[in-house]
Amino acid sequence: MSDVQAGLRYTRDHEWVRTEADGTVVVGITDHAQHQLGELVFVELPDSGRTLTAGEACAVVESVKAASDVYAPVAGTVVATNAALDGQPNLVNASPFGDGWLFRLKPDASDASRLLDAAAYTDFIAAEG
Amino acid sequence: MTRRTALYDRHVAAGAQIVPFGGWDMPLHYGSQIDEHHAVRRRAGVFDVSHMAVIDVTGGQSRSWLQHLLANDVGRLHDGQALYSCMLNESGGVIDDLIVYRRAEPEAWRVVVNAGTRDKDLAWMRSTLRGFDAVIAERDDVLMLAVQGPAARELTVPLLPAGLRAAAGALRGFHAVESPDLFVGATGYTGEDGFEIIVSRATGVVLWEQLLSAGVTPCGLGARDTLRLEAGMNLYGQDMDEQTSPLVSGLGWTVALCADGRAFSGRAALEKQQAAGVGQKLVGLVLAERGVMRRGQPVTTAAGGGEITSGGFSPTMNVSIALARVPTGASGSCAVEIRGAGRPARIVKPPFVRNGRVLCA
Repeated sequence: MSDVQAGLRYTRDHEWVRTEADGTVVVGITDHAQHQLGELVFVELPDSGRTLTAGEACAVVESVKAASDVYAPVAGTVVATNAALDGQPNLVNASPFGDGWLFRLKPDASDASRLLDAAAYTDFIAAEG
Repeated sequence: MTRRTALYDRHVAAGAQIVPFGGWDMPLHYGSQIDEHHAVRRRAGVFDVSHMAVIDVTGGQSRSWLQHLLANDVGRLHDGQALYSCMLNESGGVIDDLIVYRRAEPEAWRVVVNAGTRDKDLAWMRSTLRGFDAVIAERDDVLMLAVQGPAARELTVPLLPAGLRAAAGALRGFHAVESPDLFVGATGYTGEDGFEIIVSRATGVVLWEQLLSAGVTPCGLGARDTLRLEAGMNLYGQDMDEQTSPLVSGLGWTVALCADGRAFSGRAALEKQQAAGVGQKLVGLVLAERGVMRRGQPVTTAAGGGEITSGGFSPTMNVSIALARVPTGASGSCAVEIRGAGRPARIVKPPFVRNGRVLCA
């Protein structure tokens, strides 16, 4: 049922990563993740300029049901966050791969290729049930 | 095996996300629980609450039995009047909370209890019946619909049997009228005007469809929970249970400890608690920052520590609110530990929202 977009990379914590032409990476949570969480009411994002290690808890998405950590898919420095989520956290529900992106990183090294591709992530969420 | 109400197929067809609740497969929402919440505050929504147990009580001593069973006093009720009460064990712990209606015929009552506590409630009731000329009958042949919101009455009344319309339209809060097939109470769990309707299955399914056609929004358990939290209404199993007394659960007002000596289950224990001094109370909290308070989070007040019993996001106030059990002396500001960090919150007296108006801004 969940949408898994081709061309993106994924983590087992249900983040997606898109590498831009300038080498920065955009991070969000997957359609599967937003569906599991339910409607978001609050998103806490890392400050711009913060350096993150891969796997570090760096954002929080709070839904009507529960709070969930978002982990940095790769190491890097936060260069932008999605300010629109301040007033409209449910953009993540409506458009998890588009307007609902969370933050943009300048990665320390180009290691996004170590993440799951769309096919592997589809298998992963199917196995998770 | 989970049970399904007679409306299950209609819920699925309407796009409901179904979740297990109290032994039943029930709709959590039909797309957006926040939209459903706003629909009830602004216009009208309908909930299938058929998972709740409807128990009819008859018999020459049914009134005396209910006065023995319940912490609130049904002796205060006139025909067609309803009462909220706790049912207590001998230690004064809450077995369940419920609504009891006095019906028009003599010694005829109707009790509505929670779904998840149905079996233990019935077992407890049966165990206390000995010596009373009273009979209880669970009604598993009915649907129960809660139509709630400022427009609930005007949208529902035209759909009722002709003979009930005028009376239902004029029904005061915590009163009920009925025909052989349909029972309408002006009660609810949202803090808005509206009805709870108990009706035969076949008629109930038709009524559900007519309400939706009339523009009433179908609402699930998600919105039901945020609406009741804003209304400052307790949820059994969270805000009180068999280990907690109504006196520390914001329910002291529902316990009729009059000097009449009425011997109800739990009375002796509550009187002992009162004499010793009640050390805790249930209060409302409004978070002063962004974030969401959740059940189980520790609360620090100037008078000592406490804990959140129900927490969440208030769609009406656009801020997080909670019910918390704290020391009796607590007031003013406090700190709630959310994900390891203390966040400032204000202690308030529930309800947070009533009839669409924010009372604890």
